[in-house]
This record gives sequence, structure tokens and C-alpha cells, in this order.
Amino acid sequence: MKHFDVVIIGGGPAGMAAAIGAREQGASVAILERDVRLGGILNQCIHNGFGLHYFGEELTGPEYAERFRKKVLSDSGIKVYLEAMVLSLTEDRVVTAVSPTEGLIELSAGSVVLAMGCRERSAGAIGLIGTRPAGIYTAGMAQRLSNVDGFLVGKEVVILGSGDIGLIMARRMTSEGAKVKLVMELMPFSSGLKRNIVQCLQDYDIPLRYSTTVTRVTGKERLTGVYVAPVDDKLQPILEKEEYISCDTLLLSVGLIPENDLIAGSAIEMSRITSGAVVDEYRQTSVPGIFSAGNVLHVHDLVDNVSEEAYVAGTAAAKYARGAIEDTPCMQVTTGTGVRYALPQRIHKGEGTVRLYFRVDKVYRGMTVTARSEGVLLKKKKTMVLAPGEMQYIEIDKSLVMGDVCVALEE
Amino acid sequence: MDTTCIMCPMGCALTITEENGVVTVTGNTCPRGAKYGVSEYTDPKRMVTTLVKVRGGGVLSVKTSAPIRKTLVPAALKAAAGVLLDHSVHAGDVVLADVAGSGEDLIATADLVYTEK
Ligand SMILES: Cc1cc2nc3c(=O)[nH]c(=O)nc-3n(C[C@H](O)[C@H](O)[C@H](O)COP(=O)(O)OP(=O)(O)OC[C@H]3O[C@@H](n4cnc5c(N)ncnc54)[C@H](O)[C@@H]3O)c2cc1C
Ligand code: SF4
Repeated sequence: MKHFDVVIIGGGPAGMAAAIGAREQGASVAILERDVRLGGILNQCIHNGFGLHYFGEELTGPEYAERFRKKVLSDSGIKVYLEAMVLSLTEDRVVTAVSPTEGLIELSAGSVVLAMGCRERSAGAIGLIGTRPAGIYTAGMAQRLSNVDGFLVGKEVVILGSGDIGLIMARRMTSEGAKVKLVMELMPFSSGLKRNIVQCLQDYDIPLRYSTTVTRVTGKERLTGVYVAPVDDKLQPILEKEEYISCDTLLLSVGLIPENDLIAGSAIEMSRITSGAVVDEYRQTSVPGIFSAGNVLHVHDLVDNVSEEAYVAGTAAAKYARGAIEDTPCMQVTTGTGVRYALPQRIHKGEGTVRLYFRVDKVYRGMTVTARSEGVLLKKKKTMVLAPGEMQYIEIDKSLVMGDVCVALEE
Repeated sequence: MDTTCIMCPMGCALTITEENGVVTVTGNTCPRGAKYGVSEYTDPKRMVTTLVKVRGGGVLSVKTSAPIRKTLVPAALKAAAGVLLDHSVHAGDVVLADVAGSGEDLIATADLVYTEK
């Protein structure tokens, strides 16, 4: 069995940044990627807006991926296995994968970084009522068919969900000559960026209805239309106000879920809120030597944050592999008013600063974010507006931490 | 004209009016919003990212070398749709010069290895 200091599962932006972090520590690295190339979801995100934080310029998805890919592929210390689907990972870190060229691949690892990304919630996952005709796609699947395979999925389109992928696809399909009749959002606010609402919908006069959902779909072989209705404050559709819209395509942009099937049923402690692992500030899971980063850990809105997080994980994974991570006591990071989750969920006692990333549970204006330990204020940050769609962080000084840390919103 | 400021997550609702050649922005919370409102009213620009076809099948992602006039976006998309690539290109190469008379080029955002089919 071949041995590597660090084995990385998934070759998207998280996997590539983890590899770079680990290599800077001198580790031997392997990346296992099931697709035919590195880059993950970025390969299909042809719009720009990536890298403003990381590179200080706006790149398209493929351009952002290419910068990392070049670095990874030119480093002889990184072995890249493509078309290699990882099937299992054991607690003593044996990784098994299959590929058409290499057959069965079995690697033993000093440490492992999970970087499998996320997948989209589908029609089944949201319990859509009606037949299952052709023409219902997740927005990301339509994005891949359009941008990688060059195939337009429909002509008359309705989109459920106003997340960024749905908004971007509304513009994409309009650019390709399709008619996007309506974008609807269950919540009274969008989780998408303002910029996308203006430049993907308003620029093309595509209507966006809030507090609205799809109640039924019609069509036998191909979708012929959808029924839509406004929802009440308990998010239940008001059926008396149901309305029919004819269309041949329904795109779903209703959320992303970390793709953690590989570790389902393992000893790795999972968070019910993020659907990812519970980690410390090195992004180490509850099983020593197994790390997690990127969308498989928690869904990110900016790829820049993915790269940053995975670099931290890769660096720490390399240190773990050579026995250079001390196991010092941990303190819990908890959440208070208004904060849905904070990550990492635990931090070690020690020196230096650590960023606590968090998401709020709804839109807030003029609140102060606080991090307190045993009631003592460690850090506060005044904000103009906080929205669930935008991940934020508050940076604290570890040496000030006395016990558990709580991140909360205060007036 | 009504629009939303996109310069920060506040997303202020802006109203832009013109009287005797003077453009006024209201609804903004800070000066950045006023500046954005004026540019959206007088000379809005957009980056265009789209696809061009490759002879024999497949697509290549492209973008304009800089934002172009918003009014030229439909023409730029149409021009891109008319391209049929039959040679290899590198990311950054010009695919269509001076697209729709915008003064900007359409450039590849990924490598394409063309193989005759
Ligand atoms: C459809 C879609 C569109 C998106 N659009 C945007 C956008 O426009 N802007 C933005 O900032 N963010 C976008 N995101 C979020 C985006 O996913 C992140 O910014 C970033 O790409 C996440 O990086 P990652 O490496 O964690 O995951 P990914 O990019 O998803 O990479 C994960 C990689 O792991 C591989 N993999 C998974 N399981 C296995 C296995 N068992 N064996 C081997 N390989 C495996 C996958 O093939 C993939 O290449 C989008 C996400 C999705 C799902
Ligand atoms: S006007 Fe100022 S505060 Fe309002 S959205 Fe624009 S930049 Fe933000």
C-alpha cells in the first residue's frame, strides 16, 4: 500500500488549497478527484466575481481554479489521481478509491483532509408534489449542462429559490435565448447577493416574488407548467391564491448540503446545523488526523473563504502527520441570540488569534456582534447589516479566552 | 429611475432623478451609494461572461476584457453566439476583437484544446 503524509479527498478549490498548505510544510501529498480534472464546481461557474478577497481581482470560476491548478500540477510532491472515486475511509486512515485507469487504489495516510464539497437539494429533498416529468433540474445541474456540455435545458423557465446559483442561471438562460418567466423565493428575503439580484434579474426584467412557492407541477413526459402560490407567515401555501404558469423547465435553487456520505456512520462527530463535521481551529474533526474544509464542512458563499480555510486545514494536516500538533485542552464555541452557527466549534488554549466564522438566522440591522468568554467581552464588532446569506467572522485573541466562548448579537 | 445599491450588503433602495442636467440620488445611506447611483443612471456598465461554440461540439467560456456599456450587452451576446471556434486557445487569448463595437475584446477564460472531429 502506498503511503502519503497527507491524502486529500476531492480536488476542488478546497482540496487544491489544502494541498498547497500541506506542501509548504514539506509533506508528501495525494489528491483523489472523481472528475476528469481538478477545479470542482468552479469549472462550471463561468461568471465573474471570484477572488476579490484572495487575489484582489475579479476572476471567473475557471480562471480562479486555473491559478490553483497550475500550482498543484507543477509540484512534483503532489500526486493527483483523476477519475478516482473514493469509496471508503477508515479511522486508521486507509483510503480506498477506484479509477478506470488505475483500478483499485489503496492509500495509507498520515492525515486525511475531507474536501468533497456539497451537493444541491433536489426535488425529492424538498418534497415537491406532482408527476416527475423531464424538465426539472437543480440549478447547478442545468449550469453544468449549459457551461460544460453546451446544452440548453429549456426555453420557458421558472426558478424556485433565489440563491446565487438560481440567479446566475436566470441570466445565463436568458443570454442563451430562453425566457425566464419568474423567480420565486419561499422566504421574505433572498439569500443571494444584491449584485446578482440587480445584474441577473433586474437587468433583464425578470420578476422576483418573495414568500411564494411551487405547489404542484404538471406534464406527463415533459413539464408543461407549475402552480405557484404565496405562503403565509408559517410558510404554508395559501391555496386559494394558487396561479398557473406554463413552462417547460423548472430550476431548483433551494440550498446546498455538504456531501458527507463517505463518513456517514463513522465516529466523526457531526453538527446538525451545518451538516458537516464538528472541528477545532485547525479544522480537525473529533477523529484525530482527519480534517475537513470547504463546502463539505459548511456551505460557503465565497470561494475565497474556502481557499483560506482549506489552506489552514492542509497546513495543520501536514503538521499532524509529522507529530507536530500538540493535543492541548479545548474550549467550546457556542452561539447566543441571532447566531445560527459558529465555526470552529472548539478552540485550543494557546497563543495567537483565531477567526470565528458565523451565520445569523435572519436579517439584522445595526447590531453589535460579540464574543464573550465566561461573560467577559473578548471582542465586539458593530455592523450595519447582517444577512443569513453572508458568512461573517469575528477575530479573537486566544490568550484572553478563559473558558467556553459565546458568539452572539447584542443591541 | 429606481434601483438597488450593490456596493455593500445594506442594499439601499435608490431613486435617481435628473432635473436641468443635474442628477440627484436619494435613498442612499453613504456617499458610495450616490456615486453608484449616478454611474448607473448616466453610464451603466456590465462585464459579460458567456460561452462560444466549438466546431464539432462543446463550448468555451469567455468574458469581455473589461465592463462594457450595458446597452451593448445584447449585441455582445449575439456576437458571441455567432462564434464557431476551430482552433486551440489559451485562457486570456482574444476570441473576438472589439465585440459589438464596445472597444473591448471577448477573451477566453479557459484553455481549449481543439481536435478536428
Ligand atoms: C452548483 C453550484 C454552483 C456554485 N456557484 C458558486 C458561485 O457562483 N460563486 C461562489 O462563490 N460559490 C459557488 N458555489 C459554492 C462553491 O461550491 C464554493 O465556492 C467552492 O467551489 C467550494 O469548494 P470545495 O472545494 O469545497 O467544493 P467543490 O468545488 O464542490 O469540490 C469538491 C470536489 O470533490 C470531488 N469529490 C466529491 N466526492 C468525492 C469522492 N467521493 N471521491 C473523489 N472526489 C470527490 C468533487 O468531484 C469535486 O471536484 C457553488 C456551488 C454549487 C454546488
Ligand atoms: S448607499 Fe452606502 S450603505 Fe447603502 S448600500 Fe450603497 S454603499 Fe451600502
